[in-house]
This record gives sequence, structure tokens and C-alpha cells, in this order.
Amino acid sequence: MNEAELWALFLNATLVNNFVLAYFLGICPFLGVSAQLQSASRMGLAVTFVMLVASLCAWAINRLLGMIGAEYLALISYIVVIASAVQLVEMFVRKTSPALFKSLGIFLPLITTNCAILAVALFQTRRDYGLAEGLVFALGAGVGFTLALVLMAGIRERLRLVDVPDPVKGVAVTLVLAGILSLAFTGFAGIGGTA
Amino acid sequence: MNWPEVEVADAITSTETENGAQRLRAGLWRENPILVQALGMCPVLAVSNTAVNALTMSLATASVLLASAIVISSLRGIIPPQVRLACFVLIIATFVTLTDMLIEAFALELHRALGAFLSLIVVNCMILSRIEIMASRQPVSVAALDALGTGAGFALGLVTLGSLREVLGFGTLFGNRVMPEQFEPWQVMQMPGGGFFTLAMLVIAFTLLDRRFSRRELRA
Repeated sequence: MNEAELWALFLNATLVNNFVLAYFLGICPFLGVSAQLQSASRMGLAVTFVMLVASLCAWAINRLLGMIGAEYLALISYIVVIASAVQLVEMFVRKTSPALFKSLGIFLPLITTNCAILAVALFQTRRDYGLAEGLVFALGAGVGFTLALVLMAGIRERLRLVDVPDPVKGVAVTLVLAGILSLAFTGFAGIGGTA
Repeated sequence: MNWPEVEVADAITSTETENGAQRLRAGLWRENPILVQALGMCPVLAVSNTAVNALTMSLATASVLLASAIVISSLRGIIPPQVRLACFVLIIATFVTLTDMLIEAFALELHRALGAFLSLIVVNCMILSRIEIMASRQPVSVAALDALGTGAGFALGLVTLGSLREVLGFGTLFGNRVMPEQFEPWQVMQMPGGGFFTLAMLVIAFTLLDRRFSRRELRA
């Protein structure tokens, strides 16, 4: 796998097959943490980091389970390892940067149940990515998630000044916005090939 | 955005006086997981492009929810509270792996169409929230009925979504043509954006309907 192909993989995961807008992954934090620009970008950073860790762990788990011939345990192992990884990240953040820890709050432990993280592990297994490809894919997915979250937060900060009809307030208007964003992202189709 | 916290808090206070039959009805309408609580949509919206996919996905999710609710409810005295989340997730993951293997064995085509999204049922927040709120605190019968109601409400929302998208996006329903031949399929409904739009419309329709019903109840 050469450099150009890795770039293609990265662009594909970030723009064309954006995790949030094309695969509907990580919708819960996408709707929950996208009210403010600052917390959105921090959340994106944390998720990207955990995705990289998850990708690395999934690669190791696959090698290990392949050796003992117990592939059916893959799903359970991913979940347990991701949960422990999030726990470690939480301890690390609390020690090194209490301010960041405070601002992320409950959403840090909730990363465990973020489907986008598990999806990174599952997709890279399904597509037989190697270590380098897996890491690039995870980075692309994370950057794409952050991009979608930050875009949404920017729109929603402006939406506060707009007069929205009563029954559309809340979930519905956010979903419509997500739909429009998703349509806009289809304009990237073709960049980075198909995967 | 403030809906999940409010809804969950309401659910906790309202369960104390309710019995199983009421829980069954609550899951279908008043606390519908998709249309009211906006929970567990991540792995699900992705496969709502046709009615068959939506039906399989919601049946798989509902059966995982029911099985784990029964098991966790019967183990609720044994599971230590400190490690309860890890235990819940392990039990759910076991049932998801089982369901995944069953579908692969009996419907390979469907299994291919659903892909990795079947495994993603594990991190469906709807399941975990029902387990945490109901199954880990209530006797087996109430937990099972609550799981049934929530599962049915989930299927109701998802299959409606899938049918709408299939009819408008392909002109078919469950693979049978329902629109006339001249009908030009709406490309947008097949795309991810169409899923967001359709769900938004469903949520609005639900809100309006629910208001009309509660107004009628007030008058009666």
C-alpha cells in the first residue's frame, strides 16, 4: 500500500463516506454535543483519539483470535477492550488536564457506547485492512466525525436566533439540518475512489 | 438539546406505579424509542432504505432486547452494581453474536445487505437504556413486557420509515411494485439525506398527532 492509496483511504473516510452523514454512525453525540462549537471540537478530538486506540486494539485482537481460532469472540472482545481503553483515556485526561476533563463531562465515558468507535473496528476487520491502513482509516473517520460535529454546531449556534415553528423545534429541525448537510456531502462523491 | 434526560427522568418516575400492560403500551406510543426519545437510531437509520431491511433490523434488535432483558432481570440480585454496565454489555454482546450467526445461517442475502450494522446492535443506546431503567430493577414479567413494548414501538417507527423510503425511492414495497410504471423514483430517498428528512417528517407528524390526541383526552 503506497502513500497515494493511503491518502485516498483517508479522504474517502473523511468526506465521501463520512461516518455521521453517510453511515448514520455516532448520531447520539452528533445530536447531543453539537449545541456549542467549543465542546463539539473537543468531543471530536476525544473520539478521534479513541478511534485510533480502538483500531490498534482491533488489529491486535484479530491477530490473537486468528491464532487461537476463536473469531466468533471478536465482537465481545472489541467491546471489552474499547470500554477499558476509554477508561484509561479518562484517567489520563483527568491526571493531565483537569480542565478538559471537566468540559467533556459525561460524554467522555459515553464514548464507549458511541457506535462510530465500534464501527471503525468492525469495518476494518470486514475490509481486511492492515495496521497502517486501519490507523489511516480510523484517523479519517475521526476527522470526518469532528468535521460533521463542528459544522452542525456552527449551524445550530446561528439557529438559536431563528424563529422555528413549535412542532419542528428540537429533534426534527436538527434532523432536517443533518439531511441537508448529508446532501451537501454527496457532492464529494468520487474523491478518493470507492471503498 | 434536552430531550433524552427529560424523557428518561419521566420514565423512571412513571414506572413506580405502573404494571406490565401499561409498560407495553407506553413503549408503543407515549415513550416510543424512535419518535419520542430519539434513541438507538445510529445503526438503524443506515439500513432503513427498504422495508425488508428495516423489518429484519428491528426484529433482530427487538429480540436481542427481549432476551437480554429477561436474562438481566433474572440476574438482577446477583450482578454487583459497580460492574453492572460491563455485565450488561457482555450479555447483550452474547445475544447479538447469536442473532448475527442465526441470520447468517438462514438468510445470507439479508446478512450481506445489513453487513456490519447487525453487530452494531451492541452499542444501541435504546437497549442499554431499557436495561438500565427497567430490567435491572423490575421483576422478569414487567421487564419482559416493557422490552416487548419498546421493541414493538421500535419496529413500528423503523418499518414505517423503511416503507416510506422504499415506496418513494424505488417505487416498491417489500419488493413488490406499488407505484405505477411512470413513477419517477425520488433519488434523494435512497441517499442518506433522505433518511434524515423522512425521520424528521415522521417526528413532526408524531408530535402533531400526539397533540391532537391529548387535546381530545382533555375534552373528554
